Amino acid sequence: MPVVEIENLTKDFLVGFWRKRPARALDGLSLQVRRGEIFGFLGPNGAGKSTTIKLLMHLLRPTSGQARILGAPVDSVAMHGKIGYLPENPYFYDYLTPEELLRYVGRLFGCRRPELGRKVDALLETVGLAEARSTQLRKFSKGMVQRIGIAQALVNDPEVVFLDEPMSGLDPLGRMEVRRIIASLKARGVTVFFSSHILPDVEALCDRVAILNRGRLQEVGALEEILKVRIEGHEILLSGAIADAAGAIGVLCDEVRAMGDRLRVRAGSQAQMEAVLSKVFDLGLELISVNPIRPSLEDYFFQEVRAGARPPAAGFPGGKGVAS
Amino acid sequence: MNSVLVIAQNTFRENVRDKVLYNLILFALILIISSLLIGQLSLGNEVRIILDLGLASISVFGMLIAVFLGIGLVYKELDKRTVYALLAKPVHRHAFILGKYLGLLLTLLVNVAIMTAGLALALLYHGGASWGALVRLVPAVFMIFLSLAMVTALALLFSTFSTPALSALFTFLLWVAGHFGKDLLRFGEIAQSAVLRWISVGAYYVLPNFSVFTIADSRYITRDATYPLAADPLLVGGAALYCVLYCAVVLSLAVLVFLRRDFK
Repeated sequence: MPVVEIENLTKDFLVGFWRKRPARALDGLSLQVRRGEIFGFLGPNGAGKSTTIKLLMHLLRPTSGQARILGAPVDSVAMHGKIGYLPENPYFYDYLTPEELLRYVGRLFGCRRPELGRKVDALLETVGLAEARSTQLRKFSKGMVQRIGIAQALVNDPEVVFLDEPMSGLDPLGRMEVRRIIASLKARGVTVFFSSHILPDVEALCDRVAILNRGRLQEVGALEEILKVRIEGHEILLSGAIADAAGAIGVLCDEVRAMGDRLRVRAGSQAQMEAVLSKVFDLGLELISVNPIRPSLEDYFFQEVRAGARPPAAGFPGGKGVAS
Repeated sequence: MNSVLVIAQNTFRENVRDKVLYNLILFALILIISSLLIGQLSLGNEVRIILDLGLASISVFGMLIAVFLGIGLVYKELDKRTVYALLAKPVHRHAFILGKYLGLLLTLLVNVAIMTAGLALALLYHGGASWGALVRLVPAVFMIFLSLAMVTALALLFSTFSTPALSALFTFLLWVAGHFGKDLLRFGEIAQSAVLRWISVGAYYVLPNFSVFTIADSRYITRDATYPLAADPLLVGGAALYCVLYCAVVLSLAVLVFLRRDFK
């Protein structure tokens, strides 16, 4: 049984001051998320990602269509006891300390001492806030708020976690940490549904992704299927006496570029790569790396989004802007 | 029920950590203590002056606390979007409203108790009030607390759909209008036009009627012979019942508004 089932979900927001008219934020979205997978929800700003997650959290009521989580309708309060949610750009009571916030949230889930205390300690350790446990949240940086946001989504040991832009506002180290946490959730059998527009994170983590643009589902499936992975050649990095070797290598391949004391070679075919590699040692160069070149999700994303672009509709209040 | 209490407790904690509250209480206490000095200006009526000034301070500052904290109760959660994470937890929306309300009520109870203790100390220091008067202070302050409970419910209702400034204005206007309930009814009785009569009678029942809490008066506490109200438990009980019913209706409206809300 799918963990999340979305059927024909549509949401209109009323816009305008005097003559209110509906603006469609989400248009007939249907998809399913399987148990135990990391599901990436991709799209530019204003695509309807947050609207979808808010509809799933019952913070918004759908105009039409329906959704079920763990087999229960989204307005089931009991079901909400088994899921976790991190809002986009989260903000929590700034007069509380992380420890107090987690205890508060834990009590809403019906957790009692001493189990709650143990859980709070473990969570603060997991998100790296153990040392800041007694600092009021008003003194927190954006990255720290994001971390406590993730911790509060995990207090109840959820079966499914919905993370709305969990990487936003984090530095590279913080992003690595969040990646690690998401990967560890999957290892524990937790289903993770997260939205993002930071593509390397999605590429590194997701089993399947859905791509959303202007409220419509563009594509859903495994990343390899969507990217139709094909190797477009190889990138070879060399070092050594590159000034002398650049000319000799240049005739063998598509592109050669000197980068500092290194030579970056782009070989468009298997034959080119073999020819370059056979010359490397003759020319006294050192081979640093050989990497296959394949289209990144980013390349795909821009192609698809551009192809799917329609004449701009009126902005809607649920989105943060209209993609161009 | 668990989530109502947990939210109420957190709301109380939020209020306790709000500095505005301390300023208001401090100001009220200063005013109560200064009534000792002002009382000396009168001849033989010190206790009445201390009581009237003290009770008025409790009432007005209680109202200010109720309005200023009440209008932000829901609005702040919406504005800062703390409500998103909260409502995605196993929390009914009505539990959220009720929890917020009870949390502020608890804050008011503590504040009113502190201000009453200040007034009692002022009376004891003066030494002119009987022990009976001190005992009769309790139902009088309880009546003030009931009126504050109604002010809080109204402020909370407005804060579910309006900005803090407008909510404060609406609540304050209702607080003022609510003191003229009986005059409104009398106006209806003498009005020539049937429409006016219906409007004034309708307004009398819809508007909060704060005049039912008027035993908060020095003449009742000092047992002034000219004061018509006796220490009638039925009067206090009736006022309490009216307060509970009125708050229930106002809070139900707040829940209805909140249930229909989309959190964009």
